[in-house]
Amino acid sequence: MPKPSPQSDWTKPAAMAIPKGGLFENPEQGRYGPIFPKTPANYGFSIIAKIIPGREEAFYEYGRKIEKTVAEQPDCLATLKLHYLRWNLFPIKGDTYFQYSAIFDTDFDKYSEDAIAIFTATGINTVFENLEGFPKDWKTNAPAVIKFVREHHCPSFLEYGEYPYVSADEIKKALRVKAALGQMLDQMQ
Amino acid sequence: MLEFDDIQHILLTRAPALTGRYEFLSFKDAAGGRAWLDAVLYKVLSAKAMRESVEGDKRWVTVAFTWNGLRALGVDEAALATFPDEFRQGMVARAKMLGDTGANDPAHWVDKTASPDLHAIAILFAREATERGRCAVEHAKLIAECPGVEVLSTLDVEATPPFEYAHDHFGYRDRLSQPVIEGSGDEPTPGSGAPLKAGEFILGYADETGAVPQLQPDVLSRNGSFMAYRRLEEHVGRFREFLRANGKTHEEQELLAAKLMGRWRSGAPLVLAPEKDNPELGADLKRNNNFNYKNEDPQGYAVPLGSHMRRMNPRDTAANMNRHRMIRRGATYGTYLPEGTPDDGKERGLAAFVICASLVRQFEFAQNVWVNDRNFHELGNERDPFGGTHDGTLEFKIPKRPIRRKITGLPAFTTLRGGAYFFLPGLKALRWLAGLS
Repeated sequence: MPKPSPQSDWTKPAAMAIPKGGLFENPEQGRYGPIFPKTPANYGFSIIAKIIPGREEAFYEYGRKIEKTVAEQPDCLATLKLHYLRWNLFPIKGDTYFQYSAIFDTDFDKYSEDAIAIFTATGINTVFENLEGFPKDWKTNAPAVIKFVREHHCPSFLEYGEYPYVSADEIKKALRVKAALGQMLDQMQ
Repeated sequence: MLEFDDIQHILLTRAPALTGRYEFLSFKDAAGGRAWLDAVLYKVLSAKAMRESVEGDKRWVTVAFTWNGLRALGVDEAALATFPDEFRQGMVARAKMLGDTGANDPAHWVDKTASPDLHAIAILFAREATERGRCAVEHAKLIAECPGVEVLSTLDVEATPPFEYAHDHFGYRDRLSQPVIEGSGDEPTPGSGAPLKAGEFILGYADETGAVPQLQPDVLSRNGSFMAYRRLEEHVGRFREFLRANGKTHEEQELLAAKLMGRWRSGAPLVLAPEKDNPELGADLKRNNNFNYKNEDPQGYAVPLGSHMRRMNPRDTAANMNRHRMIRRGATYGTYLPEGTPDDGKERGLAAFVICASLVRQFEFAQNVWVNDRNFHELGNERDPFGGTHDGTLEFKIPKRPIRRKITGLPAFTTLRGGAYFFLPGLKALRWLAGLS
């Protein structure tokens, strides 16, 4: 199935059905393999992996840590060009699974080494150490981490965007223009 | 401590050469290839030897191998398997990701570097053309004596006039921003950042993360590096015509040329000389690289966000910069096209080497993320005006108050004519390779 051409009209909500496996025909090639498509909900991934039994508390501790890190240094994740990140834990047949979903504006392949460096600096990766099969030498072995991410990524089969393809930067620009316009109007009173 | 007596000189030094020659070789016979290497390796200087004898020397030799070349010399499969994927696959297999498509597609390359039979490169830099001629004859004799060694292609390189400073055929001053390796004895120029850990460029040393990149066996990888070769034709007539078509006066044309590059052709950076050229600044190594973007030019009013300089080295506007730096070597090739002369249709350009410890993290990253990403800095429909792949459908935006200038239908100023990935072994490794059986 060929990839539909992207709609750039943000006023028109759009949905995209994605073939099994997550890739359209002739996908764009990244440095570490084929790139998952940009959809009306932009780029994204969902990593699902089993946690090492008994490690649940490490995830909650990690949640508090990330909250603090971002509060202290709000631009610490800027390079990742994120919209949203979501972390979940859920049970399947007595085991606990972890899901990490991200929506961002650039394909992960492009910034994968930078992402790992940021994860190292901010401690995001520490939670991955509690997942089964995560490479023990992750700090120095970017290709192994990228392989783990690719192997544990469960691609979407459907994505929807209320304002399709709009980047976080564009949203921030629009809000800045709105704020500046408000300020301008204040000055005219 | 860097092992200066084992590292090939090209990694740490630049030969004072005005000419040179690259020869691309194939080994049809492993013993023949090893005989060639055995004879040539005594001419390959270490960084230490080069520094000691540079005043008296007239020529400098470097040798490097493709993955197929290492196999052709007899490196065993277990050792070959330790090389990173991108090097094993080679530049041709990575073309789509690198953006080497359309006119830049390896199918159109002119020097047989796209062939799987490409095994080695011998790089010669010489002070002048007579010495180059002498070396070429000598090398041809050596090759004739080594069974199964064939020359796939050669390329003569030479500096373009005026010779007082290095510049490309478009006239831009070159070699202004080079990373410095910690422990090399070199001092970075102001603005070039602190010296980087040797492992970013040389295998067997700690890199910026503290890891030591290494291959097996150790003797093969220690003091080695990887090298991406790019033969980039520069369409000088087309470039000058573009400037004339898009700038009414000489001043406007020079400003446009500066906007595409990020520097005036003199080398003066637009951040420091936004309105008018300042040739004195351009030539001053203490000042011409001493700037940043984040606070000094966040919107790109001086240096457009899509200009060559801002893509190749985003400085403080990209994360993790120390992990994406590269050492550049190389030269121009082809005859000089004087200003005012119609294009003679002859090929001329840059034949460059990018040296780094990880092709995927350094060279390929720059190519994929900075040079050929149409949406770099949210630009939407641009690529690097010089290094990117162009088919006439892309644009170039020049931030300007009150309204930016957008040039559509940017022509291709360059075409990729050849390329390859090489492994640049240390001297002990060269001897080890020559002694394989």
